[in-house]
Amino acid sequence: MFIIVVGGGKVGYYLTRELLTSGHEVVLLEKDPRRAAQIADEIGSVVLNRDGCEGRHLAAAGANRAAIVAAVTGDDEDNLVVCQMAKHHFDVPRTIARVNSPKNELLFRQLGVDEVINPTRMALGAIEQDIPVHDLLHLAQLSMGDMELVEAQIDSDSPAAGKAARDLALPEGCLLFVVIRGGIAQAVRADTTFQAGDKLVALSRTDCQDEVRHMLIGEHPATTTA
Amino acid sequence: MRTIIVGCGRVGAELAGTLSRAGHEVTVIDISSQAFNRLNGDFPGQAIRGDGTDEDVLRRLGAENADYFFALTEGDNRNALAAQLARDTLRIPHVIAKINDPVRAAAYRAMGLAVICRTTVMVDMLARFVGLPGDPRAGELAAQLPSTAEAR
Repeated sequence: MFIIVVGGGKVGYYLTRELLTSGHEVVLLEKDPRRAAQIADEIGSVVLNRDGCEGRHLAAAGANRAAIVAAVTGDDEDNLVVCQMAKHHFDVPRTIARVNSPKNELLFRQLGVDEVINPTRMALGAIEQDIPVHDLLHLAQLSMGDMELVEAQIDSDSPAAGKAARDLALPEGCLLFVVIRGGIAQAVRADTTFQAGDKLVALSRTDCQDEVRHMLIGEHPATTTA
Repeated sequence: MRTIIVGCGRVGAELAGTLSRAGHEVTVIDISSQAFNRLNGDFPGQAIRGDGTDEDVLRRLGAENADYFFALTEGDNRNALAAQLARDTLRIPHVIAKINDPVRAAAYRAMGLAVICRTTVMVDMLARFVGLPGDPRAGELAAQLPSTAEAR
């Protein structure tokens, strides 16, 4: 597969190396001449010292035959423009943008970027998993961000504690499917009764997460701190 | 008319003065407060230090009620981002982005964004000066319909 990577920072550098190792054809565009030369010394002649935001440089890199363009610079606006140019000007089938500001994640999807990667959110997710919080844990995003896999920790004061799955009227399109109790995962059935200490894995529509949190966990107690 | 101008460079500052003299309620945003030195001393509008590509900053200024939005920073990509945020998220009816790279400008025009490209405008004027016919579409601002914008 022919892949163009824009941005030769740490992400771009390691991404390019990994892709080359797995046998892909890769061109890396890096606008800083020193950085470009440094990477070229290490991984060979796949580096072009060009600004990937410029249409003619994307063209020179072969954008019109690329299967994927991945824009992973440290600047959100550059990543957006690279992906939009790739998609609309060069008909690249799949575009991937790194976003650094979590606020841009949704906007970039709306503006047609196929895959949006948000390192900040990933780090936050990893941190949340290690700290008890009175909230839904975001495990993964599905179907272009419309659905999310979430985890809820049931406490003794949670509204779901002591209730059976069939008695919880979750919003349509949301599904409880696994309960983890004492380290053992089991499928949620209609008669599964939840108890304090359970971890519930659910599939939730992004737009009804407040409702899901409210039903499973309850409101944030004002004094809860990890 | 409520008008938001992102980027208080020469063009942004001059436009802010012109529009406010014509009665627009103008808000200028720039990431550097020094940029506001370019505004006339009697500029009656608001000058706000902040990131014009940040949705929260724009909402705090009430940008969703604006009639006009001009993205005029020195970065083409920042302008493209701010303008699309203004048009698609804040639903501002009249949005223009300054994009000086002609290739990027053409691409965004084809995507339906209203774009001003200083490079093509100046080249067109200079070409006309030496007697060439010029490009009748060089100064065109309005977005074209997708069906007529297929020429790539």
